[in-house]
Amino acid sequence: MLIVVTYDVNTQTPAGRKRLRQVAKACENHGQRVQFSVFECLVDPAQWTGLRLQLLDIIDEESDSLRFYFLGKNWKRRLEHVGAKQGYDPTGPLII
Amino acid sequence: MRHVLNTLYVTTQGTYIHKDGETVCVSQDQKVLLQIPIHTLEGIVTFGRVGTSPALLGFCAERGLAVSFLSRSGRYLACVRPPSSGNVLLRREQFRVADDDYRRAELARLFVVSKLANARQMLLRSARTTGDEAISKAAHEIGCLGKQLDVSVSIDTARGIEGNAAQIYFNVLNNRIQQDGFQFCSRSRRPPLDAINSLLSFVYTLLAHDCAAAVASAGLDPQVGFLHADRPGRPGLALDLMEEFRATFADRLVLRLINRGMIQSKEFHTSPSGAIFMDDKTRKTVLVAYAERKRETITHPFLDETAEIGMLWHIQAMLLARHLRGDLDSYPIMLWR
Repeated sequence: MLIVVTYDVNTQTPAGRKRLRQVAKACENHGQRVQFSVFECLVDPAQWTGLRLQLLDIIDEESDSLRFYFLGKNWKRRLEHVGAKQGYDPTGPLII
Repeated sequence: MRHVLNTLYVTTQGTYIHKDGETVCVSQDQKVLLQIPIHTLEGIVTFGRVGTSPALLGFCAERGLAVSFLSRSGRYLACVRPPSSGNVLLRREQFRVADDDYRRAELARLFVVSKLANARQMLLRSARTTGDEAISKAAHEIGCLGKQLDVSVSIDTARGIEGNAAQIYFNVLNNRIQQDGFQFCSRSRRPPLDAINSLLSFVYTLLAHDCAAAVASAGLDPQVGFLHADRPGRPGLALDLMEEFRATFADRLVLRLINRGMIQSKEFHTSPSGAIFMDDKTRKTVLVAYAERKRETITHPFLDETAEIGMLWHIQAMLLARHLRGDLDSYPIMLWR
C-alpha cells in the first residue's frame, strides 16, 4: 500500500533541526522523497507500523506535525503528477 | 505470501552504488541518480563498469538480495549471494536425492517433460497464428518425444531426448519470426553469431539470475542440480528450474519484441570476433519488456491461484523444496496453457 507522509518540523532550535534530519532519514529509508517534506512510502502493514512508531518517537508533538494519507493498494489511479521532478515508479521497471 | 519485488538494473557506465541508511543509492560524479529503500528490491544486476561499495554488498547479503555482475554486453561474470540460510536438513536431503540415481533421474525426467510440454504448447500457439505447417509438425514431433518420457528413464536417456527436442524446436524458430532483417540459423553461444542468439543469451542470463535467487531463497542449494551435471561455478539447480521457463517466458519474450517491431535489426553490431551485440538502447528495451512481463499475471495450474509471472520461479522452487522434504509425492511441474 502507498502512504504519503508529510511533515512540518519546527527548526528554530538546534533540537528541532536534529528532529527534522531524523524524520527525513526515517522516511528516506522507507520511500521516496517527492517534494521537500513529502514522501511516498510503498510499505506493507508491518513496515508501516514500524515506520509510524519511529516517526512518532522522533517528533515533538508540541511544535511539529505529521500527516499521513493512505492511498491503499490501487494508488496508481489516485495519483497525478504535474511539472518537474518526476519521481520513479517503485513497482515499474527500474533501469538506470 | 511473498510479493514480487523489483530488480534494479544498472546499465549506465561509470556509476557507483552504495548504501545510505537503509537505501540503495546509485550515483555518478557525486550526483545521486536514484535512491531507493532496500525493502522494495529483491536483486541488483549491474552491467559493465559499475562500482559497488563493500558496505552495500554486505547489506544486500544481510537482507537476502543477490547482486549479479554482468559484462557490458550482458555476459555473466560473477554474483554475490547471501550466506546460505534456511534449513540445512533440506539441503542435505537435496544432496542425497542428487546422489541417488533413481530419484535423480526421476526429477531430471520431470524437468524435461515440463520443458517439452511447454515448448510444444508454444509451437502450437505459433502454428495457430502463423498457419505454418512446419511449426505444427515440429510440435507433433516434440509431443511424440514427450511420450517416450511417460515411464522412468535413465538420466542419459532424458538428456538425449531433451537434446533432440531442442534441435527440433530451434529448427523452426526462424519460421516464427515475422519481421524482415532477422534470421535465425542455429543456436550459437559464446559468442552469439546473430541478433536472435544474442537476444536469447541475454534473456537467459537474466532468467538464470532470477531462478538462482529463487532457489536460494527457498533454502535449496542453487549449485546442485538434477538434470544438469555438477560443474564448478555452474548453478545447476537454477538451470534445471529454468528449463520450465525457457520456451514460455524467455523465447516468447524475444519473439514478441521482434515481431512487434520493438527491436530493429540495425541496432545490432558485429564485434571483430564475429560476435553480435546489441546497442545500449536495445538492451534497455529488453530490460523494460522483461520487467513488465514479470508483472503480468497467470493462473498457476497446480496451486490454482493467480500469480504474477515473476512469482512463478519462487513458487516452483518452493514446490520442489516441499517434494524433497517429503510433503509432496511428486514435483508438480509448471505447465503453461
